[in-house]
Amino acid sequence: MSFIKKSPWIIHYDGTSCNGCDIETLACLTPLYDVERLGVVNTGNPKHADILLVTGSVNEQSAPVLWQIYNQMANPKVVVAIGICALSGGVFKECYNVKGGVDTVLPVDVYVPGCAARPEAIIDGVAKACEILQQKLDHEREKKRTRKAVKNNG
Amino acid sequence: MSRRSIVPFGPQHPVLPEPIHLDLVLEDERVVEAIPSIGFVHRGLEKLVEKREYTEYVYVAERICGICSFQHGSGYCQAVEAIMNVEIPPRAEFLRTIWAELSRMHSHLLWLGLLADAFGFESLFMQCWRLRERVLDIFEMTTGGRVIFSVCKVGGVRRDISSDDMKRIITVLDTIVADLKDFERVFFDNNTVKSRLCGVGVLSKEKILELGAVGPVARGSGIKLDMRKLGYAAYDKIPQVEPIIETAGDCYARCLVRLRELYQSVEIIKAAASTMPEGEISVKVTGNPNGEFFSRVEQPRGEASYYVRGNGTKFLERFRVRTPTFANLGALLATLPGCDLADVPMLVLTIDPCISCTER
Repeated sequence: MSFIKKSPWIIHYDGTSCNGCDIETLACLTPLYDVERLGVVNTGNPKHADILLVTGSVNEQSAPVLWQIYNQMANPKVVVAIGICALSGGVFKECYNVKGGVDTVLPVDVYVPGCAARPEAIIDGVAKACEILQQKLDHEREKKRTRKAVKNNG
Repeated sequence: MSRRSIVPFGPQHPVLPEPIHLDLVLEDERVVEAIPSIGFVHRGLEKLVEKREYTEYVYVAERICGICSFQHGSGYCQAVEAIMNVEIPPRAEFLRTIWAELSRMHSHLLWLGLLADAFGFESLFMQCWRLRERVLDIFEMTTGGRVIFSVCKVGGVRRDISSDDMKRIITVLDTIVADLKDFERVFFDNNTVKSRLCGVGVLSKEKILELGAVGPVARGSGIKLDMRKLGYAAYDKIPQVEPIIETAGDCYARCLVRLRELYQSVEIIKAAASTMPEGEISVKVTGNPNGEFFSRVEQPRGEASYYVRGNGTKFLERFRVRTPTFANLGALLATLPGCDLADVPMLVLTIDPCISCTER
């Protein structure tokens, strides 16, 4: 975990989840798993968050809400899809009101499988998301440096 | 002169684990009206019965909701078994009772925690969820899953609990009861808790009857309404099944009902464990359901009813669920007008809303 240079703040949204993955996500924050000791804080404000956790598949009504949350988050940001429903639709794939996985609406970086996804798997997913977040941050810094260098030389 | 304004509450809100949207019409800080809009979690899984075989549909029924998952599965199985005239072995009935009561315990502990979080008592929230993990450990030991077990099937159950495991479960339950006594002190005597809960969101007995609320919401207002008294599964063989009621009808009364039900569940599990007969845990089911049935079960949130209609093929014709939260939404909307904006999260939680059940 030494690659993590900042405390990742998360925001959680329930697409059309059955609650199973939601309560497991919440369970990560409570004493047995306690991710807060690693600096992970669950926030309700999209502008404070680095990582968006989405449980459940997406339907017509929740897709625009997800978009709104995603667009409000500051760059760089990472999306983690939790549970089989968020990955592909799962058992509800053939339901008339299910569009499919979260990646039909948002660019997803980390996929956490399971029905319901276990807290260990979710924590692993968030750790992977931290890695990607760092890469995105490095990439952005590199871009900025190049732009500055070009400007100075030109 | 007070000013009118509309505050949108949800669908994404820190206190709500699930999306529901309320438009709160305010006069200064006081709520005048609450207009709900739902549909964020609608999947349309009732229609899925036409595409899944009736034995496979148990998996979908269990995923109506991840909190009362077991009761959804067993309610559906009960209905199909009644249509097909399948008599499930007595041991399976007792096992279903035990898992159902454990589910009730985990759900009530979860709710007590969320309530504590809603009124800003974070350490109590953490303690409740710490205790809940022990119930989840029992689930994991007996079924292999933490929140969704898939242990119920048409014709019985899939797994047995050995007598050694049963003894271990009773020991764990005793430690839970010991810890609950500590919490009880906080919930019963703490000024912070009382000042936020007493006299808030009062629903009279007449109002409850008018709105048709169920479960702990009805019992908190003094109505003896408990579907376990119907005697499904093994509840008819257990004497401890007596509805727990409080008469005040406020948030505090509903909290006490759920707290006392935790002890009752432990008693029921112990009674079931001591009287559980030996034998088979499932019977072979042949043929296809033809006919219709209404089955009713008592979930942690209240009465849920399942309507199943088969047409002699392996695909059912119609499946319909009426969930307790749907019945209680009317009660929620009745408590909101006149309350302070700061009390809204707590009033929403007091009916223990399960949106994914309601919208399916």
